[in-house]
Amino acid sequence: MPANNIIEISNLRRDFAVGTEVVYALRGLSFGVAQGEFVSIMGTSGSGKSTLLNILGCLDTPTSGSYVIDGTDVARLSRNELADIRNRKIGFVFQSYNLLPRTSVLENVELPLMYNRTYSSRQRRERAMEVIARVGLENRVQHTSAQLSGGQQQRVAIARALVTDPVIILADEATGNLDTRTSYEIMALFQQLHEAGTTIAFVTHEPDIAAFTNRTIKLRDGHIVDDSPVHPLDAQAALDALPTDEDY
Amino acid sequence: MNFSNLLRLALRAIMRNKTRALLTMLGIIIGIAAVIAMLSLGESVKKRMKDEFASMGTNSIMVVPARQHRGGVDMGNSSSKSLDLSDYRALVEGCHYVAAFSPEITSSGQMIFGSNNHFGSLTGVAPGYLLINNLEVERGLMFTDADVQSLAKVCVIGQTVVDELFADGTDPLGQTVRFNNKPMKIIGILKKKGQGNMGSDDDDVVLAPYTTVQKRFLGINYFFMLQASAVSQEASQLAADEIKHILRSTHHISEGDDDDFDIFTMDQVLSSMDKVMGLLTLLLTAIASISLVVGGIGIMNIMYVTVTERTREIGLRMAIGARQRDIMLQFLLESVVLSLLGGLIGIVVGILMAYGGTAAMALSYALSYKAIGISFVVCVAVGVFFGWYPAKKAANLDPIQAIRYE
Ligand SMILES: Nc1ncnc2c1ncn2[C@@H]1O[C@H](COP(=O)(O)OP(=O)(O)O)[C@@H](O)[C@H]1O
Ligand SMILES: [Mg+2]
Repeated sequence: MPANNIIEISNLRRDFAVGTEVVYALRGLSFGVAQGEFVSIMGTSGSGKSTLLNILGCLDTPTSGSYVIDGTDVARLSRNELADIRNRKIGFVFQSYNLLPRTSVLENVELPLMYNRTYSSRQRRERAMEVIARVGLENRVQHTSAQLSGGQQQRVAIARALVTDPVIILADEATGNLDTRTSYEIMALFQQLHEAGTTIAFVTHEPDIAAFTNRTIKLRDGHIVDDSPVHPLDAQAALDALPTDEDY
Repeated sequence: MNFSNLLRLALRAIMRNKTRALLTMLGIIIGIAAVIAMLSLGESVKKRMKDEFASMGTNSIMVVPARQHRGGVDMGNSSSKSLDLSDYRALVEGCHYVAAFSPEITSSGQMIFGSNNHFGSLTGVAPGYLLINNLEVERGLMFTDADVQSLAKVCVIGQTVVDELFADGTDPLGQTVRFNNKPMKIIGILKKKGQGNMGSDDDDVVLAPYTTVQKRFLGINYFFMLQASAVSQEASQLAADEIKHILRSTHHISEGDDDDFDIFTMDQVLSSMDKVMGLLTLLLTAIASISLVVGGIGIMNIMYVTVTERTREIGLRMAIGARQRDIMLQFLLESVVLSLLGGLIGIVVGILMAYGGTAAMALSYALSYKAIGISFVVCVAVGVFFGWYPAKKAANLDPIQAIRYE
């Protein structure tokens, strides 16, 4: 395994006890993600994608196996330690954006830094403005989520994920609520971030979205059935190729 | 997250639901207002009573003959003749903690000047009576020990007597009035004292040397009572002990026998009044504070609602790195702020109520700072106590489930 893997998983298992039954959601996964990779995790519904992403995101811990992120073995950390890892090393992007309602773009993006005492309020603001500009919303800083389109809301969520300068961005069906054009716009943004060096793990069940990533891990019933590099399509080109007369 | 940010969050959350917040705070508002009003009113009444007693002399001590019982029949204390001149002399000689003594005897009757008359009483006292009772001669002079020696037919009168007998504007000083047909010369006029305790008129007095009243009017050689003034309020008990000791010896009361006199100090009266008022205030406050418990339960209820409503927000905050403690504090602070805001409003309402109450009862308004201080502490305590479980519930949510909560 290359030494620059920021995520290292081996023989990862996650069982859920449901009543007297046990659901084996993940049945021994092993893989690594290197710095700067853009990975998609694919599979049908119920194949274990979200369970895997929750563990990668330190929201959940494995039943067995090991998970090392950026040199830290997180499998046996306490709740508070996991919270700190999430704050410093991970950026989440959710399918339903999960912005705070009635709160400005700026404050939504600043939020993760609120839980990091090393930032002064000025540094927080500067850093937030920086990432808001990166997702192209510098003219919407004081808007609230109700005043933004779905695509814009997802951009805010991406800015929020970027603001702590995490080692990896984890996205769970991040384009699931968006139309094709907006999905492509978001994928173009992810590709830009990837080119600038951001590591991204992207869960999706849509092959045409996975096609914009550089590597696809396919899950079925808690097993990895395929893990191969792909030559990514250019999302910007795909966007340009969309018929423009459509009424979006 | 730091405290000022948490505070901002709490205030904003409350401001977003103003009506709901206000309704939630109602119990606290009523409770705190009632407590503040009760304590302030209690304080005012206490202050008024203290002032009145103080105007009678906080150092004053009264010695009266004990009530006599013969064969189970209460003979009253005026029938007793146990206090006389020899007691008075021994006390004046022997007491160190007493600044002034005065005997007191009264004769009631008709006082006449010209065609005016006034029914009242003639009080026989020593010159020290003025000091003991906080009285002052406004015009003219108080009679002297020499007047006492000579059974002088002189008197000092209060303002009510002036108004009754000299309504036509004649200067009373130097005039001779007749009390029960015996002439008395007015040598001094007392400064007005105003309405006294229990509605008695402190200005309806005629003071004369006790010897004059004893011999010329009543023909007796005992006193109805002895008044004294301790050197300070704190010395009251020492003075009372001294008096008791001396009187037991002059009355030849042997060890183990009861005193044939009673001693009352204003100090005792004041402290027992303090106790009674304190108990009364405590009782009323306890009743008022029931409303605080009701208010606290209201806060708890609304905090549970808030936590449920904001489950997704909590999940998100946890996902991006909030520790359990951060979530706990966020909601705890929200309930404390809610309770404190209610308390603040309650304090203002309570002060207004106390203000109105004291005005209606013609009392001077005494703001109870202690009550305000206590209210703040109580509000914080209510906020923490009743916000604890909802906040705990929020902090214990599972982030994965919380973030997907619909
Ligand atoms: N908290 C849970 N309790 C019990 N079973 C669960 C839980 N979470 C996921 N599962 C089960 O684990 C399997 C994988 O689920 P999931 O990771 O959500 O799949 P995907 O995201 O790929 O649709 C499913 O069979 C699901 O029912
Ligand atoms: Mg899923």
